[in-house]
Amino acid sequence: MRISRLATWVAAIPALLITLTASGQAMAADALSSGDTAWIITATALVLFMTLPGLALFYAGLVRARNVLSVLMHCVAVACLASIAWLIIVYSLAFGDGGGLNAYIGGTGKAFLAGIGPETLAGNIPETVFFMFQMTFAIITPALIVGAFPERMRFSGVLLFTLLWLILVYAPACHWIWGGGWLADMGVMDFAGGIVVHTTAGVSALVLVMVLGPRRGFPREIRPPHNPGMTVMGACMLWVGWFGFNAGSALAADGAAGMAMVVTHISAAVASMVWAAIEWVRFGKPSVIGIVTGTIAGLAAITPASGFVGPLGAVVIGVLAGVICQWCTGLIKQTLKIDDSLDVFAVHGVGGIIGTLLAAVFAVESLGGLGLAEGVSMGDQFVVQVIGVAAVALLSAVATWIIAKIVAVTVGLRVSEEEEIDGLDISAHGERGYDLT
Amino acid sequence: MKMIVAILQPHRLDTVREALASVGVHGMTASEAQGYGRQGGHKEIYRGAEYEVHFVPKVKIEVAVSDDDEDRAVEAIQTAAQTGRIGDGKIFVLDISRAVRIRTGESGEDAL
Repeated sequence: MRISRLATWVAAIPALLITLTASGQAMAADALSSGDTAWIITATALVLFMTLPGLALFYAGLVRARNVLSVLMHCVAVACLASIAWLIIVYSLAFGDGGGLNAYIGGTGKAFLAGIGPETLAGNIPETVFFMFQMTFAIITPALIVGAFPERMRFSGVLLFTLLWLILVYAPACHWIWGGGWLADMGVMDFAGGIVVHTTAGVSALVLVMVLGPRRGFPREIRPPHNPGMTVMGACMLWVGWFGFNAGSALAADGAAGMAMVVTHISAAVASMVWAAIEWVRFGKPSVIGIVTGTIAGLAAITPASGFVGPLGAVVIGVLAGVICQWCTGLIKQTLKIDDSLDVFAVHGVGGIIGTLLAAVFAVESLGGLGLAEGVSMGDQFVVQVIGVAAVALLSAVATWIIAKIVAVTVGLRVSEEEEIDGLDISAHGERGYDLT
Repeated sequence: MKMIVAILQPHRLDTVREALASVGVHGMTASEAQGYGRQGGHKEIYRGAEYEVHFVPKVKIEVAVSDDDEDRAVEAIQTAAQTGRIGDGKIFVLDISRAVRIRTGESGEDAL
């Protein structure tokens, strides 16, 4: 849905502009759907709410008390920086016309929204709305990576990393899949960002912390989450916002959006129960941190499949997200001893990859899906999905490694040991989250 | 005069307060505290990872009583705070060399 729509638009926009110039605003008014526009404006607000404050609170509750503000700060600052970068160049690189290089990267023609006014349309919604909707995705994706490096990364390093990452990872990955690039041409299905958002963030999180190193005392001396209630509040905001993320990615107020909403909710509910049930069996008690981590895993996993699969697919994807993502948290942190502190790869990366691969399976009509493209078999589509995930994972890993090295030799990646012990709230921001007197 | 300092399981605080009130001891100071004794902390599990929690949440109460009330108060606290499980806490009794009520300036047992 989304892919074909976008491909059509990218091709149609120059023609549209010519039409507008020739015949004035009447044409635009005819093509604009006020229903679709109203829904995408609403969805944009919902997706921004996922980051601010949803994700910020979700992460902040999981760190120790002396770093709570630094995590909130990271999320807010990343959101602001990503918004500015989006306006300046990243939107253009993701959705602009790249000319001869268009298979790999967009051009600079839409930098600073050049040539785009209130009448410019993207499909049947104003391009300003499309710009804002997509911006909220470019905000949450680097904000997800914040969960990998809390309690030890230098603030200036966070900013420089985020800026370079948006240009070198997010812009090309987004262009390849949603902006009419080579993976879009190949027919990769990624409805709302299993690859563009969750695979990029998850893989980059893992590579970044391998360069950055673990928190002091990891894994034995790490303190447990300081405020699980805050984490639950954030997770529930993410859940609500995710309706905008997935159902909004239909870019229309239509049946695909409705089904996307159904499967999003079902997958989240199933994965939550599965995660808690496994904990109940393994440890004797189902935990609230566990149930909401299951929620996020289920939401991430259904994301790429949400406009393609039906309720059956949602249940299966939810179950697998609950089982596999939970297993991966142990694999990464306890077996491989990689301090991806808040499990960005295990929950988002793995969840997004599961959903991307299974979209090919459960999109098939006999399994309750909305159907694959004509003449494409499940096997063919599955191979395309594997190529999409592998290509973007490789881009994310290589580019993140290079960016991390650049940050390390310029502004620096890590705070000093003393600053880490004092906590980033005081050492980096001069504030305390809790005053107990 | 004695100062009774007791480290309690947080969920026993209300029971201890009622028990002290029932033996005629009115007034105490309670604060949130954390610590460990012979059990050396405990483990908590989040997302499948075990976390060593060295300092376990406790409540510390401080009760000033006359010498005559000491035994009754200690017994009331001990009975009310007991669950029989590890981590029930400790009671310490110290001598008070001087006590003053700030509002009136009274001192000694009159200040309690």
